[in-house]
Amino acid sequence: MMEERARQAEDGAGFIRIENVSKSFGSFKAVDEVSLSISKGELFALLGGSGCGKTTLLRMLAGFETPDAGRIFIDGQDMAGVAPYDRPVNMMFQSYALFPHMTVEGNIGYGLKYEAMSDAERKDRVREMLELVQLTPLAGRKPHQISGGQRQRVALARALARQPKLLLLDEPLGALDKKLREHTQFELMNIQYKTGVTFVVVTHDQEEAMTLANRIAVMDKGVVRQIGSPTEIYENPKSRFVADFIGSINRFAAAIVYVKDGIAVLDCAELGQPLQARAEDGFEPGMRVTAAVRPEKITISRERPEAGNVLSAVVHDLGYFGKDSLYRLQLPTGKMISASVVNTRRAGENERIAQWDDAVFLAFDPASVILLRD
Amino acid sequence: MNRRPVFLLTVLAFGFAFFYVPILSMIIYSFNRSRLATVWGGFSLDWYGKLFHNRQIIDAALLSLEIALVSATLATILGTMAGIALARFRHFRGRTLFSGFITAPLIMPEVITGISMLMLFILMANWIGWPEKRGFMTVTIAHITFSMTYVATIVQARLSSTDHSVEEAAMDLGAKPWQVLRDVTLPIIAPAIGSGWLLALTISLDDVVISSFTTGPGSTTLPILIWSKVKLGVTPDINALASLIILIVTVAVIAAGVIMARADRKREADIQRAIKDNG
Amino acid sequence: MMERALPPSRFGQWFNTSGWRTIIIAAPYLWLTAFFFLPFLIVLAISLASNAGTSPPFQFAAEAPYVHADNFRRLISDDLFFRAYIASILNAGLTTALCLLIGYPMALALTRFSRSVRNILLMLVILPFWTSFLLRIYAWIGLMGANSWFNKGLTALYNLITPDAYALRFIPMMNTSFAVVLVMVYCYLPFMILPLYANLEKLDMTLNEAAMDLGSRPFQVFKDVTLPLSVPGIIAGGLLVFIPASGELVIPSLVGNSSTPLIGRVISDQFSYARDWPMAAAVAIALLVLLVGPMMAYTHFESRAQRRPGDDA
Repeated sequence: MMEERARQAEDGAGFIRIENVSKSFGSFKAVDEVSLSISKGELFALLGGSGCGKTTLLRMLAGFETPDAGRIFIDGQDMAGVAPYDRPVNMMFQSYALFPHMTVEGNIGYGLKYEAMSDAERKDRVREMLELVQLTPLAGRKPHQISGGQRQRVALARALARQPKLLLLDEPLGALDKKLREHTQFELMNIQYKTGVTFVVVTHDQEEAMTLANRIAVMDKGVVRQIGSPTEIYENPKSRFVADFIGSINRFAAAIVYVKDGIAVLDCAELGQPLQARAEDGFEPGMRVTAAVRPEKITISRERPEAGNVLSAVVHDLGYFGKDSLYRLQLPTGKMISASVVNTRRAGENERIAQWDDAVFLAFDPASVILLRD
Repeated sequence: MNRRPVFLLTVLAFGFAFFYVPILSMIIYSFNRSRLATVWGGFSLDWYGKLFHNRQIIDAALLSLEIALVSATLATILGTMAGIALARFRHFRGRTLFSGFITAPLIMPEVITGISMLMLFILMANWIGWPEKRGFMTVTIAHITFSMTYVATIVQARLSSTDHSVEEAAMDLGAKPWQVLRDVTLPIIAPAIGSGWLLALTISLDDVVISSFTTGPGSTTLPILIWSKVKLGVTPDINALASLIILIVTVAVIAAGVIMARADRKREADIQRAIKDNG
Repeated sequence: MMERALPPSRFGQWFNTSGWRTIIIAAPYLWLTAFFFLPFLIVLAISLASNAGTSPPFQFAAEAPYVHADNFRRLISDDLFFRAYIASILNAGLTTALCLLIGYPMALALTRFSRSVRNILLMLVILPFWTSFLLRIYAWIGLMGANSWFNKGLTALYNLITPDAYALRFIPMMNTSFAVVLVMVYCYLPFMILPLYANLEKLDMTLNEAAMDLGSRPFQVFKDVTLPLSVPGIIAGGLLVFIPASGELVIPSLVGNSSTPLIGRVISDQFSYARDWPMAAAVAIALLVLLVGPMMAYTHFESRAQRRPGDDA
């Protein structure tokens, strides 16, 4: 035990270890043999749809649920049998769960009420927290007298006041409107950086997870599908589920014909022509795979361009979103492909790169094609 | 985490024992053969048989039932009107006083309500010669007066928790205000009106203080009769009567509960099915 | 629907435009004015008159201002009334406190069960409330009597733990103040449990989790979160018990001790036996005034509780 602590203190890896944790509610397996390791000071996100087990995992870290099997270590300490009030963990609740009968100050100071510390220390800590989230002028207000964004900051300050080793955030931006979210996102990252506390964020919003977190665990049906940095998860999804869940993607069923110089040539009936893709080790001729391309990796042009993969298509539909436009294009085989084009030029409606029913060429690099084993 | 602390469960168990031990004891002793109400003398149904031959009790029960049915029905009509007026008509002259009239009887000690009504009836008899004598009519009027405030409170609560936009939608589709009330509002609050009527019925059947003030010679309701009998002590026939009443009420309450639970479940199932159909 | 199929009568026209509204307001308004407000004014007026041998037995003073406050002066000077008020308020206060002490844990326990179990338990709380009030009193009379199994059992228990010198043949329970409080608690307990339960059930359980997450043990969570947030429920339940208990007439008449009459009994006796209408009216009005304070507190809390969700910044 002692050596283990010493080792962890060195590099901070395995600061939080979740080992083969399972939890069922009746016949429903909420969390199924999940193992995770989170480093000290990380901003880690658990990402997944509703019912994927992310919230159950969070509640087990907080101590509100007991794992049926497996163990959870925080800073080397086994959490089995440790009550929520004895854990070095605090949580920012999705609904914020602010005490309606206490002031902002009272809420933030509540977690220190039963701590062994002097009144002066307590006061200092509360003041410090109020400053951290810039709420000093509102210290005397009740939760129903402040705005949603301010409530979110009170909840954050309240959870940080006890200086936890681990802060859990349940959909931290879920209750905020779109404008406020972006601002709050950066504020949250800033506060995490300043305090150095390890954050575990639960969210169903992939954009939120990608901008906030250093690392993301994508969960589905109680199982962790992939763990990695936002870039890894987006650019190198390891399964169809992760590829589909994060962003949008075009998928084609294909078979590898041959591999040469790290480039695989695929036979793809849906495209009506061969497809080139960069292949990593382990992809052999004859394998059935799914080839996937993200819409923004595809360029649209009127003249046939020089590229690894060029397809001809007809514009079926287009949607203008301001900063970019999304095209739905139909291949001669009938297959639909999505491509997004960043609107780099200021242009009128008639000056678009392509209009409805125009015949165009689509091009993308072999390196942009993701190969997924079925 | 201990979600059901032992202490709370213990108090709950003792509480239920406190509620039911006296009632169960009374029911058991209603089958007592002995004339002495508190000494067990073997099992017998005699007291139930005697009950049905006691004209006094049967007359009183019938009178109580008549008063309850008439007063509950009229109280429901008047109380529903009052509830609608308070929940839907924002501005009319004397609204504050009116809402005071609705809440005040709920929090007025019964003795005061009873005496004030009796004074009114006596004075009216002196001045305008009506009511000539006190009995069915005066008790019914008294019961309507305090029951309607309960009905009004229930209806008002129900109305203020329903979405006003449904009524606005009806108006938008061409219904005149009065037609909106009839076609939309009343059907929505029908369950509240029903439970208001049941409550009014129960209150009337149960009332003893106000009835005893407002009734006159020859008109003895069942609670008044029981009161006068109980003052003389415990007797086996009252045990039997009490057990019978409790049986009727229990069956009615459980039946109502089961019907409501079933309706709830059906609604729930319908919603689930609708969601599935959509998905 | 074809409303225009029949030519509307003049009444029909009036009714459809504004008459229906007038009727809906006027009918209950007039009824309550006649049978609630008018009697109240009569009591108020009579409380300012003098007792007389006439029929009805009261008389206003012969000259202006025609009324006097002698009856209210007597309320303070006459020991009988003063003691009855004190006894009634103590009685109602004790009943309310005991109902709260028993009802709060019960209501809290009810919230800890699953929805379906909770509904059954709630029905068990309400069931005694639907059965006759008188019969519930009667059931206790049966238990408290000297020869009942309950009294005998308690007596045996008592004799077991006390020295022989103090042995009793039975425990005198009937016709005591204890019996009055016991039966009042029994009858009014549901009125305490139901509003408390309604309040506690609405409390957000994540607040409890948040408090626990912030380091509070279960009892501290109760003290810091649950209890302060249930104050409106405590007040509502307290008033629902205290107000009827303060004027209770039936329970003391059946199980009480007639040597210390409570206020309900005093009003009734002044009216029926002493035939002193003005005094009865004055006692009643004074009781109402005593109750106005708590009632105002109640409406204050209710309106505050209702305003809460609306005044978000």
